Amino acid sequence: MNVALAKTGTGSTASAVFAAARSRLSGNAEIAELCRQAFETYERLGLPHRRIEEWKYTDLRALVREVLPLAPAPDAAALARAGAAIKAHAIDGARRLVLVDGVFVPELSDVAAVGAGVSVRELSDVLETDARGDLLQTASTDAMISLNAAMATDGVVLTIADGAELAAPIHLIHVATAASASAFTRSHLSIGNGARVTLVETFIAAEGAGAYQVNDAVILWIGDEADVSHVRLMADASDAVNITSQVVTVGARVKLNFFNMTSGGAVSRLQGFFTLAGEGSELSINGVNLLKDKEHGDLTLVVDHTVPGCTSRETFRAVIDDRAHSVFQGRIIVRPDAQKTDGKMMTRALLLSDEAEADNKPELEIFADDVACGHGATTGAIDESLLFYLRARGLPEKEAQALLIQAFVGEAIEQIANDALRETVEDAAQRWLEARR
Amino acid sequence: MPLLEVKDLHVCVEDREILHGLSLNVNEGEVHAIMGPNGSGKSTLSHVIAGKPGYEVTEGEILFNGENLLEMDPEERAAKGVFLAFQYPVEIPGVATMTFLRTALNAQRKARGEAEYSTPDFLKKVREVAKSLNIPQDMLKRGVNVGFSGGEKKRNEVLQMALFEPSLCILDEMDSGLDIDALRIAADGVNALRSPKRAMVVITHYQRLLNYIVPDVVHVMSRGRVVKTGGKELALELEAQGYAQFENAA
Ligand SMILES: Nc1ncnc2c1ncn2[C@@H]1O[C@H](COP(=O)(O)OP(=O)(O)OP(=O)(O)O)[C@@H](O)[C@H]1O
Ligand SMILES: [Mg+2]
Repeated sequence: MNVALAKTGTGSTASAVFAAARSRLSGNAEIAELCRQAFETYERLGLPHRRIEEWKYTDLRALVREVLPLAPAPDAAALARAGAAIKAHAIDGARRLVLVDGVFVPELSDVAAVGAGVSVRELSDVLETDARGDLLQTASTDAMISLNAAMATDGVVLTIADGAELAAPIHLIHVATAASASAFTRSHLSIGNGARVTLVETFIAAEGAGAYQVNDAVILWIGDEADVSHVRLMADASDAVNITSQVVTVGARVKLNFFNMTSGGAVSRLQGFFTLAGEGSELSINGVNLLKDKEHGDLTLVVDHTVPGCTSRETFRAVIDDRAHSVFQGRIIVRPDAQKTDGKMMTRALLLSDEAEADNKPELEIFADDVACGHGATTGAIDESLLFYLRARGLPEKEAQALLIQAFVGEAIEQIANDALRETVEDAAQRWLEARR
Repeated sequence: MPLLEVKDLHVCVEDREILHGLSLNVNEGEVHAIMGPNGSGKSTLSHVIAGKPGYEVTEGEILFNGENLLEMDPEERAAKGVFLAFQYPVEIPGVATMTFLRTALNAQRKARGEAEYSTPDFLKKVREVAKSLNIPQDMLKRGVNVGFSGGEKKRNEVLQMALFEPSLCILDEMDSGLDIDALRIAADGVNALRSPKRAMVVITHYQRLLNYIVPDVVHVMSRGRVVKTGGKELALELEAQGYAQFENAA
């Protein structure tokens, strides 16, 4: 193997991209220095590869190889295409916040109407005006999160007041319009004590977008006794790359109902880091991967119980067709103080072809003695006897399969607490199934 | 022309021959009973007629209305009017019974070029049939057969039969697991479907079912063949004497 070439293929391309991107980045000298440091951290690590334990199954050096140059800020034509794409993914009554090619677009957003007790600002503006360096920092040592801090051109800084009850969901939409370019976004969401909030994040491609890369990070703080529904739909172009990180800190007696569905993208990964920092919280973290062709979809979750008396439930379903590859990594950490922790995860993969692949890596790291934790996993094909029963009743094979697949993913989708959003996700899954026929 | 013609059928499962040259003719309007010891191949025959994968037909043929059934997919056979009430109906969690019934019925109608049922018409029809079979509405809201008792599963098979109105009904041990009342209700359901245009093949171990569903013809199967065919009195003879006399004949 040509080591020098491999190095050229990763490190130096990224540094050229970073150098070229600097003019797009916001903030004063102090912010610029933080970006530079973050980039240095990234450069030291490089694109994650299979020898990095956390990235064992998603080797970005093999799958992605290089970081593409930043997409230009969208022009009028790009915004028009983005506007058209958004229509197909609109959620009734939701307040939209739209990022196109990594840039917040007020014209496509409902900034004024988000709701009482909500403040929305652009990350670029906050970095520029308030020089909030803390927004670029997390405790994470992940290379892709460092790269995100170095390169983030924009994002949303959302603050929801204590006790705010938002009637309408907040819908963060990421639209790609560019081809062979990258977009880096970083958003900070802070949910006040006792607030009730529904958040939706959608990743989509406008017509003409392709082979783009997304690197998104969401830093989410949830105050005590808040009730949060959070649904994400990763529906990228079939040749796109999307690496997205969620760093979530959960207060006491919180109810968090989280769901992600990945149904597109050549390579996608959602890595969610959930830290339970307050007692008595209940987390329901669920996901579905619907993968076809040669798609690679990775859901990596770390749930860190640092305090006593919290519950976490993870339900994940993957449907894998053709030569696609689905990865589920679930780590539950129970710190010494976190007695009475109740943490469980259950993951099942359904293989629709002989060449489909599923990797599953559950890890329990338990340092407390009075806990109830467990995990379970299955991988298998469609049950032939069920398929035959349906066909013997007149359902054509594909339709019978679709019904069984729907039931299978339904076990995760039914965990979504919000009725309207559950239906939205069911419809999206249904469309994926119909496209298979 | 018989509705169903099975001619010299040889069937292998995993390289082992299970049916060794079985022949059977069933005409429209007739009710046939098939009796035979455990393992004689009754369910195998019913599965091959319904088109279950995993069976290899090495010789012989099956004609349905003169058409080669073995060339058709299971769903095609269903649309043409073949219905098998399974000995062991499967549970399908996550697929609501109502959704399943409507999807299946409309798929069959579509395949036949008939208009699909509207939702109200469909609901009305299901409610009627369910009521006549003593199937409570809340059962229909559950997943297909999920958490159904053995008897409820069998009644659900009869419900489907009534709904799909097939021209050939094969009932594989419909009576197993049914208590006496349930047996009568299910048998009444089946009898209500008897018609000059419809044939039935009733597989059973017990003469008792045949008191309710009185057959025109009784076949005895042993070791993968039909070894004797007679009238309804043959069933009584079997009940009295067992299968030993035929084991030797086979
Ligand atoms: N999938 C299979 N693999 C191997 N052998 C099989 C398979 N299916 C059936 N057989 C065998 O074929 C023979 C006939 O089985 P079948 O189920 O048709 O009998 P049956 O007459 O319906 O019996 P019962 O009265 O117990 O229901 C049995 O010996 C059985 O073990
Ligand atoms: Mg049997």
